[in-house]
Amino acid sequence: MAELKAKDYATDQEVRWCPGCGDYSILKAVHRALADSGADPAQTVFVSGIGCSSRLPYYVDTYGFHTIHGRAPAIATGVKLANPDLDVWVITGDGDGLSIGGNHLLHALRRNVNLNILLFNNEIYGLTKGQYSPTSRIGTPSPTSPNGSLDHPIEPAQFALGAGATFIARCVDIDQKALPGILNAGQAHEGAAFVELLQNCIVYNKDVWEDVANKKTAADTQVVCEHGQPLLYGKDRNKGLRLNTTTLTLESVTLGEDGITLADILVHDETNAVMAQMLVNMADPLPTAMGVIHRRSAPAYDSTYRAHKTLERKARVRDLLRHGNLLDRR
Amino acid sequence: MSDTASRRVVRFAGDSGDGIQLQGAQFTNASAMAGHDLATLPDFPAEIRAPQGTRFGVSAFQIQFGGDRVTSPGDAPDVLVALNPAALVVNIPHLEPGALILVDANAFTAQRLKRADLDSNPLEDGRLDPFTVYPIDISDLTVESVKPFGLGSKDAGRCKNFWVLGLVLWMFDQPRTPTINWIERRFASDEAIRDANIAALNAGHAYGETAEIDGTLAQHHVAHAELKAAEYRTITGAEATALGLVAAGELADIDLMFCSYPITPASSLLHHLTGLEDAGVATFQAEDEIAAVCSAIGASFAGKLGVTSSSGPGIALKTEALGLAVATELPLVVVNSQRAGPSTGMPTKTEQSDLYQAVYGRNGDTPIPVVSASTPADTFDTAIEAVRIALRHMTPVIMLTDGYLANASELWPLPDFDAYEAIEHTRPAVGSSGDVFERNPDTQARVWAAPGDEGYVYRVGGIEKDSHTGNISYDPANHQTMTDLRHRKLAQIADFIPEQKLEQGVTGGLAVVAWGSTYGTIYQAVKECITEGLSVAQIHLRHLNPLPSNLGELLTEFETILVPELNAGQLATVLRDQLLVECVQLNQVTGQPFAVKTVKQAIAAHAPQRMQEVNRG
Repeated sequence: MAELKAKDYATDQEVRWCPGCGDYSILKAVHRALADSGADPAQTVFVSGIGCSSRLPYYVDTYGFHTIHGRAPAIATGVKLANPDLDVWVITGDGDGLSIGGNHLLHALRRNVNLNILLFNNEIYGLTKGQYSPTSRIGTPSPTSPNGSLDHPIEPAQFALGAGATFIARCVDIDQKALPGILNAGQAHEGAAFVELLQNCIVYNKDVWEDVANKKTAADTQVVCEHGQPLLYGKDRNKGLRLNTTTLTLESVTLGEDGITLADILVHDETNAVMAQMLVNMADPLPTAMGVIHRRSAPAYDSTYRAHKTLERKARVRDLLRHGNLLDRR
Repeated sequence: MSDTASRRVVRFAGDSGDGIQLQGAQFTNASAMAGHDLATLPDFPAEIRAPQGTRFGVSAFQIQFGGDRVTSPGDAPDVLVALNPAALVVNIPHLEPGALILVDANAFTAQRLKRADLDSNPLEDGRLDPFTVYPIDISDLTVESVKPFGLGSKDAGRCKNFWVLGLVLWMFDQPRTPTINWIERRFASDEAIRDANIAALNAGHAYGETAEIDGTLAQHHVAHAELKAAEYRTITGAEATALGLVAAGELADIDLMFCSYPITPASSLLHHLTGLEDAGVATFQAEDEIAAVCSAIGASFAGKLGVTSSSGPGIALKTEALGLAVATELPLVVVNSQRAGPSTGMPTKTEQSDLYQAVYGRNGDTPIPVVSASTPADTFDTAIEAVRIALRHMTPVIMLTDGYLANASELWPLPDFDAYEAIEHTRPAVGSSGDVFERNPDTQARVWAAPGDEGYVYRVGGIEKDSHTGNISYDPANHQTMTDLRHRKLAQIADFIPEQKLEQGVTGGLAVVAWGSTYGTIYQAVKECITEGLSVAQIHLRHLNPLPSNLGELLTEFETILVPELNAGQLATVLRDQLLVECVQLNQVTGQPFAVKTVKQAIAAHAPQRMQEVNRG
């Protein structure tokens, strides 16, 4: 196969997202990640549910299956079990993956099916015109919550961790520098990779991630997790996360202040689920954890499935028919 | 009860923890090995081990066996074996005067009578006067017979079902060897239990021999079936469905992926297929009904044949996904083991009330072919037919069975598998390339390309697609084209299915038109009515959507159409809808199969005496 460039993974279909939608940027990163990994279009499948994000498979020149609301993880599981050699991606959103399809996402993660799951989180229902979603913050005004939503939101990465996910990453939609690499890391991971994309719905929930995503302030509002590296952040990289052993919580400290040295800063261990738990739940004034937050090794369901359930036909029907006691009247 | 007969009906009844179904299955196997034709009716509660001795906890198993052709489990038992007072009283209404009742006399204590809500002892209060009652101290005799094996009193008591089985096998001169072989396999790892069960079986048998010498109990000789030259086995509907799916995979040379979620009475299919993984079937227990059908569709998208199964409530959950399979033109087989509804209904009781759901129950104009099985063994051929349609036409297919078919068994002449036609499909040749949405004009089947095929990379989804490219299309004319195409595909299936034949009888008078598990009972009823001089014929449908192309014309050759169904009249509606024919209905929704006499009464009310015959061969 000739080496394909990012643009070779685009289809001839006109992309129909709103101008300025964060999905364009994600699509671009997906094309880039496919090119960087040398993905064979014939061996690659994009499976999606319903929603704005779920249109993405039509714009990627691989096999694609745009299915029904919330069920992409279940359908992708069937695809992967039927042919474990395929590289299977799941495209979903906060409504599709955490509301109507929460159950399937839970089970795909806990089974550790080798899927690369991209959850576009814009904290709103886009395609149905702006109702609040299961990730909307309390008080979100919307057509179905004119006085602000009452529901307590779910934190996607926390959900994934609770489901036993073996790979959890987070990235801002427009971060073209980091995103392709994160997608490739998820693609390479043996088991279910869960990537939360902080996506900007410019029509119904514009700038909901502004505090995290704004390039001017991002250095101070994001901490990018790198395995084995101290969790430092800030424009001058002089801020860091320290574990308060009395309260068992993370706190932000500044190097050089109050005698803080690099030795006080927590070193990221992506295999440590307890650390991941603290990182994914950080909220203002702490920075938002980005990058590969959690990654550990565990058998992927489809590989153990393949080992146990060979599809090779050994028993023949003629023998099976003659099973048990037979009365021979020939 | 005379001691020779052409057929006999025996009903075993006891607590749901007494091993009644096992006893029944073993008796069935012995009857088959003795060369009897047979039909069975397992009748058990939904509770796994209901409180002992209660009426609602009674589990029963009925079998009719003998010569002639046995197609139904029989209306009234000739012999009732009741292991406790509750099992006796709930089954009295099934009996005709003169029936023989064997009871465990040890079980008729004051306490157990009370558990069965009885104020007086039925063995003494005269209510059994119309019957011949034979009380035996079964519990005591069982415990006595297994004493040498040192079991605890609980385990010793549990051998009771084999003691009774031994006695009943003796009563009908049936072989013990198949049961002994089974016990040896089943309890291979526990010598004491194995030997005790065999001893109990032999003790029951010896008890019969002794009782005969006393002159108190007689051995009965039931006619043997005149069987055509073949090898025979007994098979339940769930086993035959599983084998049929495997056979279809082999005929198509396509691997199957069976994705399901446990539900009564469909779970046994998943159990059987899980045991057949070396036969080209992978099974997957999904997290719910929706995931089950979705993973099956995913497998079909990926080039295996996805199969899912459930019962009515689960099929309801799968419905949206069935629309996806129709829209994306993917093959899929959905097996519905129907049960009494609505909602949870009566999970272990049979009904045929999901026909509307199968034929009409979807959003949008979403035609899906529907086939149904008529007997336990017939599910084998029906499953093959379902796969054949799914693969030939690239469509989901619904196969209807029911709780009765899944659990009941019959004597089955093994089919000549070499005579089965290969199943066509549209998987492209390795290395080929082409247009996925190029359709065969005779079947409307598109090319079944799948990820991994180099020359067919494509995208598809549930949004209306362009009829040629598969890309999203909201074009008005295209939606008309696609809707027409989906209907044409269903209609064209009729070009491939055999013309409807008469099962028996001739045209002219009354046609009894039915589908599904009522076949055997109706067969018997029609046969007897023909013998009695009535002008009646039997038509039994396998294909319910589309209907066989000649059915409308065939029905015009009858004066009256009677449609017996275990629902409120669903096939009658379909026939009126599709063929504009008027039908007389016979509907029963008790959770029990029809009795032969019920169908005969309805036939007698509508069938003319035979005057002229047009023999259709």
